[in-house]
Amino acid sequence: MSVFVHKTSKVIIQGFTGQHATFHAEEAMAGGTNVVGGVTPGKGGMTHLDRPVFHTVADAVAETGADVSGVFVPPPLAADAIMEAIDAGIKVIVVIADGVPVQDMVKVKRYVQGRDCAIIGPNTPGIITPGACKVGIMPSNIYTPGRIGVVSRSGTLNYEAVAQMTALGLGQSTSVGIGGDPVNGTDFVTVLQAFENDPETDAVVMIGEIGGPQEVDAARWAKDNLTKPIVGFVAGVSAPPGRRMGHAGAIISGESDTASAKMDAMEELGVRVVRNPADIGATVAEMVKA
Amino acid sequence: MNLHEYQAKDLFRRYQIPVPAGAVVSSPEEVTAALQGLSTAPWVVKAQVHAGGRGKGGGIQVVADDVELGAAVVALLGSQLVTPQTDAVGLPVNTVLIEEATAIERELYLGLLIDRAEKKLVVMASAAGGMDIEAVAASTPDKILTAVIDPVTGLQGYQVRDIGFGLGLSMTQIRQLHPLLMALERLFHEQDASLVEINPLVINKNGDLLALDAKINLDDSAVYRHADFQSLQDPSQEDTREAKAQSLGLNYITLDGNIGCLVNGAGLAMATMDLVQLEGGKPANFLDVGGGATAERVAEAFKLILSDAKVNTILVNIFGGIVRCDLIAEGILAAVRQEKLDVPVIVRLEGTNVELGKQLIADSGLDVIVADDLTDAATQAVQLAGTRA
Repeated sequence: MSVFVHKTSKVIIQGFTGQHATFHAEEAMAGGTNVVGGVTPGKGGMTHLDRPVFHTVADAVAETGADVSGVFVPPPLAADAIMEAIDAGIKVIVVIADGVPVQDMVKVKRYVQGRDCAIIGPNTPGIITPGACKVGIMPSNIYTPGRIGVVSRSGTLNYEAVAQMTALGLGQSTSVGIGGDPVNGTDFVTVLQAFENDPETDAVVMIGEIGGPQEVDAARWAKDNLTKPIVGFVAGVSAPPGRRMGHAGAIISGESDTASAKMDAMEELGVRVVRNPADIGATVAEMVKA
Repeated sequence: MNLHEYQAKDLFRRYQIPVPAGAVVSSPEEVTAALQGLSTAPWVVKAQVHAGGRGKGGGIQVVADDVELGAAVVALLGSQLVTPQTDAVGLPVNTVLIEEATAIERELYLGLLIDRAEKKLVVMASAAGGMDIEAVAASTPDKILTAVIDPVTGLQGYQVRDIGFGLGLSMTQIRQLHPLLMALERLFHEQDASLVEINPLVINKNGDLLALDAKINLDDSAVYRHADFQSLQDPSQEDTREAKAQSLGLNYITLDGNIGCLVNGAGLAMATMDLVQLEGGKPANFLDVGGGATAERVAEAFKLILSDAKVNTILVNIFGGIVRCDLIAEGILAAVRQEKLDVPVIVRLEGTNVELGKQLIADSGLDVIVADDLTDAATQAVQLAGTRA
């Protein structure tokens, strides 16, 4: 198995005919992802990349049986697109947009409450189950099928960690980018839970950064519930307080938001913490062998 | 983006949130006109800068008459205000707010923010107003009252009463708190705020609630739907290089070290700075050229880093994903040629077409060092920066 997206997932792309969406949909299809169609309001009935285009997500779901959507629309349109996908019964919604207004996401979170649907992102490179399904913008060539689950807030730091693992022969079951925004769809705890339940994941790597409580919340959850080994890293030990470090959510607002405080707390809760970002792969290798 | 206190209070007035009568001046000549609408002395003179802790830095002064007022305005305008929250240089004072002094009975704290754990808007209140709320939250968390707002229903009356009784307000005062909080909630939504804070919210000698200070942060991601935000921006309060970076679409933050860092992706940029620090060096900046780094953006980023005189070494760390390393290498080489660089550049490339990228750099004949890996790059950068310091 894998988590959230699988070989059997039927993927649609919202904002399908846009330039970026087209590029990344082609990449994903070349890697074996089952893209069954896309949505661009006003272009329903057309064919794009040999796949049908629909006016609405509801039409796309009715015609193709899609259960996963990659949302490639610009930030101002993201909340609307996500809620449309939720309403149409999509089970996994991956939101790439960087710059979705925070209060839009507060509404979306309330809207999805009580429904069987996972929102991945926004501000994420996406999610990939190597060799089976990719919904996002990450370079597939660095990922390789395997048994390590990866979850991170940052995109390129995820690539860095994955490349280190792949170079050491450690493949990934699924790699999930939960995104760099202060209010995101799916948090670390939910992803750890999915990895715990996945028989094909042996160990988990969690990569966080400054700002917000979710790394420590996840470590606390893991202490009582995760039976698999977990390696953690938090970026931003050198970050000054009160400054937004690129990501909307990466800001130190108090003592517990700092990278050092988070890593100390995670360590105390039993996470194998890596202090040097160059050592993530080697630490996972050591832990898996042990 | 941050607002000045006077801009925040203008917004408060628009939402009928009670604030002291006041007027802003940007030159001493404007003082006489400013006093027209105000009652007689004493007044409070408040420096308008984008930083807290102004009182401790001498940026808030109570004056007893015209002479003291004039002297305070002259002293503050054009000065650099250093507070516990600024660096040693401080921030320029270009505007001063003159307000009627308030006779204070009690000081409270009131704030609205998006709670990252709840993923909802929350009201925070405390009877310990006027203090550093972070310190209160850390030392006596039970003194902080909170109300989580459901986005569907909005803030309810019972929640206001809970907070009001918790703060020890009388029923008359709770009847003032109710419209005040409802107005704050409306302001938060309509203006796409990310933080609204009144510290202190005071009870004056008449027993009435009054917002003595006002802090509003607006959500940068929502700027597109607020045409008026632009006019509220004050570039004088921002680092010049950071403002320049913003106009170029680069994420840049000035730090106090000497190793310029150029990285793609915010997380990797932070991790690179961390590694530099771990190896004993000091990063001069945070710079994320973005996931879609292009040769042009890399060139702009080089210029930006070089405009900081402290920089004596540059460390480039690019993880080529969708972006190919050979294209990035070309961008680096073009920038090095164009800028006639006199500081060493250490480049670490990884990802798509990495060998081709490294080869391009090696063949260029330029003084650019290609590192084997992340650790090697950081170690070399720290060593070089140390010898040149």
